[in-house]
Amino acid sequence: METVNKEYLGVPASPGICIGKAYLVGSREFQVKKTKLTEAQVEKEMARLQAAIDATRKEIQTIKQRVGQEVGFSEAEIFNAYLHILQDPLLIQAAMDQIRASRINAEYILQEIAKQLIGQFKDSPDEYLQERATDINDVVARLLRNLTGQPMDLLSEVEDDVIVVAKDLTPSQTATMRRERVIGFTTDIGGKTSHAAIMARSLELPAVVGLKNLTEVVQNGSTLIVDGTAGIVLINPNGQMLAKYRHAQQRMEQWSRKLKKLKGVTAVTKDGYRLTVAANIELPEDVRQARKYGAEGIGLFRTEFLFLNRRDLPGEDEQFEVYQMVARQSLPYTTIIRTLDLGGDKFLSRLGTTTEMNPFLGLRGIRLCLAHQDLFKVQLRAVLRASHFGKIKIMFPMVSCVEEMRQAKALLREAQKELGRRRVLYDRNMEVGLMIELPSAAMTADILARESNFFSIGTNDLIQYTLAADRINEKVAYLYNPLHPAILRLIRQVVQAGHNERIWVGMCGEMAADPQLTPLLVGLGLDEFSTGPAFVPQIKKGIREVNFAECRELAEKVMACTTSADIEALLKSLMKNEVLHDSIIPKT
Amino acid sequence: MIEKEATIENKLGMHLRAAAVFIETGNRFKCEIYLRKGDRQVNAKSIMGLMTLGAALGSTVTVITHGADEREALAALVDLIRNRFGEKE
Repeated sequence: METVNKEYLGVPASPGICIGKAYLVGSREFQVKKTKLTEAQVEKEMARLQAAIDATRKEIQTIKQRVGQEVGFSEAEIFNAYLHILQDPLLIQAAMDQIRASRINAEYILQEIAKQLIGQFKDSPDEYLQERATDINDVVARLLRNLTGQPMDLLSEVEDDVIVVAKDLTPSQTATMRRERVIGFTTDIGGKTSHAAIMARSLELPAVVGLKNLTEVVQNGSTLIVDGTAGIVLINPNGQMLAKYRHAQQRMEQWSRKLKKLKGVTAVTKDGYRLTVAANIELPEDVRQARKYGAEGIGLFRTEFLFLNRRDLPGEDEQFEVYQMVARQSLPYTTIIRTLDLGGDKFLSRLGTTTEMNPFLGLRGIRLCLAHQDLFKVQLRAVLRASHFGKIKIMFPMVSCVEEMRQAKALLREAQKELGRRRVLYDRNMEVGLMIELPSAAMTADILARESNFFSIGTNDLIQYTLAADRINEKVAYLYNPLHPAILRLIRQVVQAGHNERIWVGMCGEMAADPQLTPLLVGLGLDEFSTGPAFVPQIKKGIREVNFAECRELAEKVMACTTSADIEALLKSLMKNEVLHDSIIPKT
Repeated sequence: MIEKEATIENKLGMHLRAAAVFIETGNRFKCEIYLRKGDRQVNAKSIMGLMTLGAALGSTVTVITHGADEREALAALVDLIRNRFGEKE
């Protein structure tokens, strides 16, 4: 039965909305029949498999050449591995032997052998080997297509505008895709840094990833709505939803026209109070988006991507290259680099860390870096070296007490000395700040301010740790409310503590990107907002439409409220700013 | 049939690139080539076999060659492992 108007939630990978027909990739490939062969057919069957191998080799060589020319030599290297897989005796010799021994058709045998091999890789405890399963899958899928005579490279031949729905998209698939016909992506697996997500962002196509089993419920040609901003996919939406999203799409188009006008403007209130609106980025290529939307610098450059999906740890030179490139591209503005913020749940098999009962209260953020100082110092040296080439500030995540800040700064001084001995240049005046994301840090902001050049409030963790509510847990998600008086008091306290020590205070959590909260946050005295690149113009616009004096009055009124519902009502009554995206204030 | 032990000295161990270079070097010879680690032995022409062997930095592997040019092949492959598959670290 066809699924109707069903909503699926995934990871928002590339912003925007698209509406179109689903195009399932890889769905037909594994519908293989088992056929018994006669003795006389065996030789012919083996020749048929050999022909498919030859055709697949040619295909891969062509892609390798194309990617080498269009993308770069190192990206093309993966296809060398594909060619080796195509000659692997565990796959090919085994298939030939079994065709002869069991007299069953090539497709069936190939698929059975591949399943087993892929299973071995997927079951491996090693993350690196698990990912290689995708490579084997890609080669086998090509072989099967060539065997069954199905058209090759379906994605290069699509005729209508389609939304590609795949378990995962491989480099060979995106390299050969007919780009002008693809209007969006969805994938079952992967996160923000998976190949499909990066590709979607660079092509500026809406995409949602990590949808678990979407390929099993979508049928070819079903109508889909992909909301890459919210991470939602709707299958066969009803008229009402279609109308809603078409409207949103139109508004976005109108908005993007307005955007162009807003790009160059400054974030200044009507009464002349100047603020900064910067962008949060996750990957180096996101700088382009940040610039496009008129961000005044990078308020949060997450560095985790350097450490994920790989077997080794990134070296000093590799990190330096990335940091200096981002910093240079962001000039004349500042780039704030946040040091590694990973938890024990992520990559730490490589550091010999064991699984934790409660990773959110475990060895993460600065704690992890202080526990693995060698790893931390490599990053500190890389950031320092990059500081010579752009305007860089550094900040530490998950600081819970002033001792941690002092320890981190001591290590930074050691890194400076090491570079000094190597006669390497760095910015001796690089500012050092910290993220305020734990209640303990917010409560002691006055103490921390004496050790810091700036604060950036990370609201996502601050809310979760203060209210002891996990937003992902449906049963308690209603408690996760940025307008809880406790959160607003903490924010006010942090801003005041910072200003008393004459340091600036920014915010890089999701609250900063919520246009409904802009007047309140301005009134609480925030100096800097840092949001996803696409939200920058909205926040700038919000700031330009208010008076600082009025915002301060609003903040006073809000601080006198006793419940979040009262606060919300107050904010809504004052909402003049035209809202582009949904508010994170819970809908009632 | 002859064999020789070698220690994996490159940081990434037998990853995709190293396995590919190992196969390409082996392909220059006519003899049969196997790689053993612990109680598992794989055909050294199989990229998937090589990778699933779990030959990480510091592990000891045995190269086994069998055929006409087994001496030359053994020397070349053991050298390759000792030279970290041509990798910097």
